[in-house]
Amino acid sequence: MFQDLTDKLEVIVRTIRGQGKVTEANISGSLKEVRRVLLEADVNYKVAKHFIESVKERALGREVIKSITPGQQIIKIIYDELAGIMGKVDVPLDLSGSTPHVIMLTGLQGSGKTTLAGKLAAHLKNINRTVMLVAADIQRPAAVRQLQVVGETVGVSVFTDSDSNPVKICQSALNHAKRSGIDTIILDTAGRLHIDEPLMNELLEIKSNTNPREILFVADGMTGQDAVNTAKDFLQWIDFTGIVLTKMDGDARGGAALSIRMVTGKPIKYLSVGEKMDALEKFHPDRMASRILGMGDVLTLVEKAQQTVDQEKAAKLERKLRRQEFTFEDFYDQIQQIKNMGPLDQLMKMIPGLKSSMLKGMSFDDRSFSKIEAIINSMTAEERRRPGIINGSRRKRIAGGSGTTVQDVNQLLKQFQMMQKMMKNMNKGKLKGFLFN
Amino acid sequence: MKSMVGRLNFGLFKTRNNLVGKIVDVIKASPDIDDDVYDELEEILIEADVGVGTSSKLIENLKKKIDELGIRKSENIINFLKYAVKGLIESNSSREAAVRLFEFDVKPLVIMIVGVNGTGKTTSIGKLAYHYKKMNKKVLLSAADTFRAAASEQLEIWSDRAGVDVVRNQPGADPASVAYDSLQAAIKRDIDVLIVDTAGRLHTKVNLMEELKKIKRVLKKLDETSPHVTLLVLDATTGQNGLNQAKQFTQSIGVDGIILTKLDGTAKGGVILSINDELGVPVKFIGIGEQLDDLQPFDAQEFVEALFQ
Repeated sequence: MFQDLTDKLEVIVRTIRGQGKVTEANISGSLKEVRRVLLEADVNYKVAKHFIESVKERALGREVIKSITPGQQIIKIIYDELAGIMGKVDVPLDLSGSTPHVIMLTGLQGSGKTTLAGKLAAHLKNINRTVMLVAADIQRPAAVRQLQVVGETVGVSVFTDSDSNPVKICQSALNHAKRSGIDTIILDTAGRLHIDEPLMNELLEIKSNTNPREILFVADGMTGQDAVNTAKDFLQWIDFTGIVLTKMDGDARGGAALSIRMVTGKPIKYLSVGEKMDALEKFHPDRMASRILGMGDVLTLVEKAQQTVDQEKAAKLERKLRRQEFTFEDFYDQIQQIKNMGPLDQLMKMIPGLKSSMLKGMSFDDRSFSKIEAIINSMTAEERRRPGIINGSRRKRIAGGSGTTVQDVNQLLKQFQMMQKMMKNMNKGKLKGFLFN
Repeated sequence: MKSMVGRLNFGLFKTRNNLVGKIVDVIKASPDIDDDVYDELEEILIEADVGVGTSSKLIENLKKKIDELGIRKSENIINFLKYAVKGLIESNSSREAAVRLFEFDVKPLVIMIVGVNGTGKTTSIGKLAYHYKKMNKKVLLSAADTFRAAASEQLEIWSDRAGVDVVRNQPGADPASVAYDSLQAAIKRDIDVLIVDTAGRLHTKVNLMEELKKIKRVLKKLDETSPHVTLLVLDATTGQNGLNQAKQFTQSIGVDGIILTKLDGTAKGGVILSINDELGVPVKFIGIGEQLDDLQPFDAQEFVEALFQ
């Protein structure tokens, strides 16, 4: 996500750290570099300029004079500014007031509205709301069909209408929702250009007819300098209530997040991070700011771990580890728990100190686990508990059963042995951290 | 902090930037060329998504040229910059595979379309099919995006509009097998141009990039020389990540040319300059709307003029 930006800022901050005193000369050199980093990250050049100005202003002001450690002070200033631009708190969807609530999705073509509609529906369904998707995109070929498939996938009803007027479709969907006790409807509108007046007018009409609780501006996280123009125009036309950034599971630096937030002042509510229907994350501005500054997104990682790791199992495992009884069965359990936390490549990115450059060329796909799982699955219960008994002929059988090679099995056994050894050497304090509890 | 956002909103973003107006202002303010003029020009490039690296490179070269020629007045500087940009774009336009798009002697010509999600692959294919149809070519489409919901339906509607046939399979089918069947059908039906649609994928997803390689491998089983042209569809609103996209797709499967879409918005698509500079992949078509004929062969001169408007 913001990983590349983080990497570069880290280097710069390190340079400042190494110097005893903050002077106009050394800070402006560094800030020039920060500006470059921001521009490379697709932060709009005006936003970048402003950001640099305010950091400089504050760095050279009284805050630094007071400070004992100028390096830390600058990090704090950059962090504060970044967090400030992106908002302070995470703002949930506003689902107050009388139902049915209308959530309207808007944005350019291809920003990911329909996929987001499905994810939002799944999310709201999870918190026990009765959701209906509304196919209001009659512009793009097969968009209605796409929403129907998405609706099927997440188990939510989809409202379609043969009417050729999206305003009327949304209106009758709302009426239908009122009659049938549906409490949330999500309007999937057609993608449109912010300079297309008739179509922007249509959005405005949908808005005034359905009175949405939330109007979300869905923006591609890879957007460049133009993000400010699009966001500003959509804001002027329909005064949206929040922002969702999509495709954030790629390697885009996501400078658009800063730009859009800054020109609209609206909160970023979600990040869309994959093609699966649960790949939706709340936006945490503070975490994002720490991430930019190289502190890693530890909070998200911890939260994910807490959600998925079975506490009881973890405690049991810890006891086993202390007594050095770690078996393949336990190993298998661990893999399952890590898998539950989400795609591995995303988890890796959250670990502080792990730079994206270190991850380059490495595949952290969940499928890297499947070979290991297959091998373990092909072992007998006895073999899993006592790997020592796995001799040549057993290895051959396991390889055959799991569709792998004997070399694969050997490799896993070797790794497992090393792991057992490592655990023996590990002190109890470190062990706790290793298990995420 | 709210106040800071408000402050900025109030002051900085009142008017949309007009590049021509800005250049005129700069030249008025500094009739003699100085660093401010260069800085402003660089900012104009950056704002068009050209990227810091390529922008500074262009400006450095410009400086050298201006010094060499002993030019002192700002008035003509913009023409020199335009010339430099055009030169950069045109330096790669003659790549053999990309030229094949317009003059080809193979049958069927197999074009594979790739790109990240939401860039406009399927729409571009509809228009591309129409483009070849107008040239009296027999066109067949291959719905190898079996992943995204209703993708093949979308392609089918475009094929109807363009008046060409499409080969499709069940959702979730192996995309490589769809591509294989399509090429087989194309050969049997004496088709001139086969266009293969693939699912949108982020260039960072290793396994999805492997899938593209597999499609290519499978096509080669029927025709060793296919796919003859692989086109990357790039959204003009994309910023510097566009370069990463082009890099990764080029590395994984080889990209012969680019279709730059959504140029009917306000984004300039300047990232293609970096792509030209670093990777040498030329733009071959631009997308400028949602109608069948809204796909045009790329024209460097027009693009440069638009970049500075």
